[in-house]
Amino acid sequence: MVTLIEGESPAALRYLIELHQYTGRGHIIGVTGAPGAGKSTLVTQLVRELRRRERKVGVVAVDPSSPFSGGAILGDRIRMMELAGDPNVFIRSMASRGNLGGLSSSTRDVVRVMDAAGYDPVIIETVGTGQAEVEVMRAAQTVLVVCAPGMGDEIQAIKAGILEIADIFVVSKSDRPGSDQTVAELAMMLSLDPRRRQHDKTEPYWKIPVLKTSALKGQGLVELGDAIEQHRAYLLESGMLANRSQRQVQSEVEALVLHTVASSLKQLVSVADWQKIVEDITARTRDPYTVARELEQLLGLQPSGDS
Amino acid sequence: MSETRPIRVLVAKPGLDGHDRGAKVIARALRDAGMEVIYTGIRQTPEMIVEAALQEDVDAILMSILSGAHMAIFPRVVELLQQNNMDDVLVAAGGILPDEDIPAIKQLGIKGCFGPGTSTEEIITFVRENIQVDRLAAEV
Repeated sequence: MVTLIEGESPAALRYLIELHQYTGRGHIIGVTGAPGAGKSTLVTQLVRELRRRERKVGVVAVDPSSPFSGGAILGDRIRMMELAGDPNVFIRSMASRGNLGGLSSSTRDVVRVMDAAGYDPVIIETVGTGQAEVEVMRAAQTVLVVCAPGMGDEIQAIKAGILEIADIFVVSKSDRPGSDQTVAELAMMLSLDPRRRQHDKTEPYWKIPVLKTSALKGQGLVELGDAIEQHRAYLLESGMLANRSQRQVQSEVEALVLHTVASSLKQLVSVADWQKIVEDITARTRDPYTVARELEQLLGLQPSGDS
Repeated sequence: MSETRPIRVLVAKPGLDGHDRGAKVIARALRDAGMEVIYTGIRQTPEMIVEAALQEDVDAILMSILSGAHMAIFPRVVELLQQNNMDDVLVAAGGILPDEDIPAIKQLGIKGCFGPGTSTEEIITFVRENIQVDRLAAEV
């Protein structure tokens, strides 16, 4: 079924519609961070900790597709091999398949299938370097941003988007030197966040923790598990869960529509057509704006503004 | 007007082999040919291979064994695939496969045997031509 959904077959839509009523129960956790920060390793340890708490865990691990060949090496599973053989862990590797909005819609849908199947929590793991990944993180309820010490990841975390979506910061590989400093830098950056000062003290408030973990030493996982549970409790108590869900609904519908528009464009313009367009624009006999307008009109879109 | 999706392939190293450079070369070649490749590393048991194939819903499993354990491992993998109703998954073998064993391997339903000297193009073509097309067209 997951394959059907990824392949966006019509049968998939029927399944998704049917499953919708069974979804919404599991805790959806997003894990993101720069490449090499230790996400897969952390997720493996986290799954073990969750299994220790007797949860049935689903993992969706997303890797980028090659923009040239369209293929991908889905390399997260190999890092999670110690989880093999546990029937209460389901790992699915997905390629981003380069579709505008496509990453969001099928990843979300796969997460829903796992949710409906009773996996709780479902962990989405992706590389947080691009806009699409930020979109995916919007599908999660609790977002972990993973930084490695001394990698300059603290700067990465400051990039708009990642900072706004993080609920928990994890400094991985904390058996290495520099981890305390990274924790301090992140804590300082968080303390400067104006939203932190503004909150109304009578309302429930989530103070973003910065946690240290070491997969090598098996440390920090219990604290991380606790923080995740605390966040879920906070979301429920504060009504933020409902709030976030609603924002996600809008962004999801937007993503679906954009995806269809992108597909329609692909179907409308053949390779030969594109060739001609590129030649004309390069020769300056046409300009990109007018071409775009023509295509939009063919697609039945109403561009705003005057041409 | 169904868009076919990329072919998903599991590259597996069952048994106790320590050398997986060949498997990695093949994984990269398949990726460059537009396929989605899952490589689960060395020291895989038949159970781990089938579990991965099931969860990842792959179209093909390419197994490579250098250690000579193929006649012990391949039957077990095929058996598990049958138990899991995965008969529509293409299975191929690579590595060191003595000529005298190849008939027996093919008897198991393993369609392709690719020993040393096989080009990556051959494997890519083989996968493309032997995948169950109805898996890709994806209508249930």
